[in-house]
Amino acid sequence: MGGGSLSTIPATPSAATVPPITEDPTPPGRRSRRPGLNANSRWFPYVLVFPLVLILFGYVVQPMLATFGESVGVDGPENWASFLTGDGVARSALLTSLMISAASVLLCGVVGVAMAFLLKRFSFPGRRLIEAIILVPAALPPLIGAISFQLLYSETGILPRALQQLFGTENPVLPFSGIAGVLVVHTFTMYPFFYLATSAALTGMDPSVEEAAYNLGAGRVRVWRTVLLPMLTPALVSASLLVFMTSLASYTAPLLFGVDRTMTMQIYINRTNGDLPMASTYASVLAVVSVLFLLGMRWYEGRRSYRSQSKGVASHRRELTNPFARWLALAASLLAVVVLLAPVATIALVAFSEDGTWTTEVIPSGYTAQNFTTIFSDPDAYRPILNSLQMSLLATVGCVVVGVLIAYAVRRLDFRGRGLLDVAVMLAWALPGTVVAINLISAFSTGNAFSFGQVLIGTFWIMPLAYFVRFLPLVFRSSSATLAQLDPSLEEAARNLGASWWRAFGTVTLRLMLPGVLAGALLAFVNGVGEFVASVLIYTSETAPISVEINNRMYSFEVGTAAAYGMLQVVLIFVVMVVSGRLQNGGRAAREATKWTA
Amino acid sequence: MIDVTLESVSKRFPRAGDTAAVDDVDLRIAAGEFFTLLGPSGCGKTTTLRMVAGFYFPSSGRIRFGAEDVTNRPPNKRDTGMVFQNYALFPHLSVAQNVAYGLKIRKVGRADAKRRVDEALGEVHLAGYGDRRIDQLSGGQQQRVALARALVIRPRTLLLDEPLSNLDAKLREETRVEIRRIQKDSGTTALYVTHDQAEAMAMSDRIAVMESGRVRQVGTPQEIYHRPATAFVARFIGRSNVLSVPVVTAGPDTVTVALPGGREVPVAAPADHGLHEGGTAQVSVRPEHITLGAATDEDAITGRVTELEFTGMATNLLVDVGGGEPVQVTAIDVPARIAVGDQVGLRLPAERMWVVAA
Ligand SMILES: Nc1ncnc2c1ncn2[C@@H]1O[C@H](COP(=O)(O)OP(=O)(O)OP(=O)(O)O)[C@@H](O)[C@H]1O
Ligand SMILES: [Mg+2]
Repeated sequence: MGGGSLSTIPATPSAATVPPITEDPTPPGRRSRRPGLNANSRWFPYVLVFPLVLILFGYVVQPMLATFGESVGVDGPENWASFLTGDGVARSALLTSLMISAASVLLCGVVGVAMAFLLKRFSFPGRRLIEAIILVPAALPPLIGAISFQLLYSETGILPRALQQLFGTENPVLPFSGIAGVLVVHTFTMYPFFYLATSAALTGMDPSVEEAAYNLGAGRVRVWRTVLLPMLTPALVSASLLVFMTSLASYTAPLLFGVDRTMTMQIYINRTNGDLPMASTYASVLAVVSVLFLLGMRWYEGRRSYRSQSKGVASHRRELTNPFARWLALAASLLAVVVLLAPVATIALVAFSEDGTWTTEVIPSGYTAQNFTTIFSDPDAYRPILNSLQMSLLATVGCVVVGVLIAYAVRRLDFRGRGLLDVAVMLAWALPGTVVAINLISAFSTGNAFSFGQVLIGTFWIMPLAYFVRFLPLVFRSSSATLAQLDPSLEEAARNLGASWWRAFGTVTLRLMLPGVLAGALLAFVNGVGEFVASVLIYTSETAPISVEINNRMYSFEVGTAAAYGMLQVVLIFVVMVVSGRLQNGGRAAREATKWTA
Repeated sequence: MIDVTLESVSKRFPRAGDTAAVDDVDLRIAAGEFFTLLGPSGCGKTTTLRMVAGFYFPSSGRIRFGAEDVTNRPPNKRDTGMVFQNYALFPHLSVAQNVAYGLKIRKVGRADAKRRVDEALGEVHLAGYGDRRIDQLSGGQQQRVALARALVIRPRTLLLDEPLSNLDAKLREETRVEIRRIQKDSGTTALYVTHDQAEAMAMSDRIAVMESGRVRQVGTPQEIYHRPATAFVARFIGRSNVLSVPVVTAGPDTVTVALPGGREVPVAAPADHGLHEGGTAQVSVRPEHITLGAATDEDAITGRVTELEFTGMATNLLVDVGGGEPVQVTAIDVPARIAVGDQVGLRLPAERMWVVAA
């Protein structure tokens, strides 16, 4: 995360400059407001930034503080003490969460790095196909992704039952349950953090460095230990931190595989049991850990000495020549393709199954297109779709307006506290969805200034607000990435030719940022449509979004209908992926932002 | 008539310590003049230009256009036409749309605007290129579009920040002739920034030489070349020897100094030289003004050749005259037998020497 923009020259003069000696002897104070304050004023950065600061404070920071307040409000420090002492639920939930996260880092690291090396260093039949679909499992929305793995690998899943039938055993073979199930989901959905970081590092690495080591007489193991690993270290550390944070925030996997003793599950359980102070305590602890990781990540990226630059130096691929190895590779590739596509295929298959017909068979027995007719025609079933689209659209509009302006302020304006603004946006990104939901509950279950005195909990508005907070960083990231590519002198040229700040911003800067902004907006929108984690804590029966409806249908064994909703989300995601790939240099911005999708 | 005035303008950047990027600069630029800010990298040229354009506000001092105080006026209200170092052409607009941008803001009628755009493109030899995309142009063509875009609005002042630095050597020379011609034809005042002294000399009516945020000298190219005010200016404009020599007598506009070897010569000095008998004067003399002779010549300073470099048209020598820096000499005719280590005689022409401030 770049943060600083050392070379940018403020389009408007810096507000921190010493004011010129004026005929008027009154020295202008730092925030003195003169009449006719406009975009040309030297205080302009503050005028633009002030509402942005208010928004970030009001909807990100202040709710977090409210949660802290809630956690100590009624019971004092007692709730917190339960994390430190005894063998209560709190302590074991924290330990389980940390342990799952550590194990996820390990598993994702092994899978991701191995995949990167295989695909970037070797040439074998099927390589291109795998590269094309390698990110598919991770692209699924959190709930439907976890459901697909449950349908595939759990005790009632397709694979264990198929093996059971194949071998004629009494019980399903190799079923994943509990923590093991959670780890399967995490591995499949989070290894891309390692895969992407490692393959970027590998592509950016000059092959001659490695060759030099061989030339100097180092053996393969030695080259690995002394050259490759050190060069990959920054990528691996960043990926580890990301996977750890994402695992810690993971909620759907423990929910579906019934692992109650995790931080996120305890938040949910305490909240539904009405113990908001305890839920707040869990949320606060999780927030503290996430913030620590965020700060650690910023610190590490700031100090690391070199960046892997993908200059496109073609690192050579080793061709597999041994015919046996080639066949083996082909078989393995095919298996990989099946494994990678199985989750989506499962959802697609189940979406056409008749509700209630799938009991003990390997795959559903009865098929129908009725599920799709239902979700589009039955007003009750149609409602969640409408809700999701509406709430995501609202949130996306907010994300675009605020995200673009914050990106502009952070990249282009010079003002005191610029770094803080950047951190505040990243805070929204680092907080787990469950924590965002609890924060909003704590802050807005009574009216406060930022809700204009209204109680938002139980209303429609809390939902788009939660989506806004969660997905603002996506738009910010992609806007900021495009802005970094834009020469500030373009806007200056427009100003010089007579354009007011607004006109220069609109006709030049914003216009040129558009592909990146659009990519970010689409990303925010699909993430909104797939949102589950925060929604499930704050929805009402009128505002239930698609994912909550999917969850409810799963509980009432309407698996087919649930999967049909899921397909809707999946199709939307793939459409968006194709569109943003087509956007002129929006793809780059989208990739930049996707890296931060938790 | 004075077009642009800078009155004790200073600029300090926050977080850049106490040193001023631009320090107490006074400039008066006449209407229609081609005025150049010349100086080494980091001396504050761009900062000065950007204050005139309105992208920075001065920390102190005033800027006037004519009689109007524009110190705090925003850039879009200043009516300057700026050519950026990297051209800053709008990539999403065609060539013609780029040039028309300023006209559109000035609400120039469609037909009128089209005529003026065509005219401006013709002026920079790009007639017929209007529909091209920016990325379909060469660097030199982009440079000319930038110039047309700045000129078409008929700005009161043209501001150019190293507009030629991204061009290759040959194109640079052609383009500087073009810029000068167009500026003369249009009668626009031009404020030009460069670190290339040859470019400055060739183009400018007057030059301000800057060093560490301060203006060291303002004058015509001839004045600056022949009468550099300081040792820095003498060395920065062309090449120069600056000799530290004892003062024998000090008059109002002439100072007699003792050259190495003891010969006493009168040297022209600026009125405010402030030198006294027994003090030390800095005297500049250009390498090409020194004549080379035999060590035995009368009135010559004798020295030993330490370096010799044949460049074709001339030969550059470094001559150690005992004490102080070696003297640079550029000679057209050098006897072929002269080699490193030889003793030679140098004749310094008193009428070509000039006392400079340290
Ligand atoms: N935005 C800024 N913030 C802080 N310091 C700055 C800023 N812009 C310029 N400076 C400093 O002011 C001084 C003058 O910079 P300026 O860009 O005017 O130099 P220049 O003469 O144009 O040099 P060059 O020939 O390299 O372009 C430099 O020391 C530079 O580091
Ligand atoms: Mg400069």
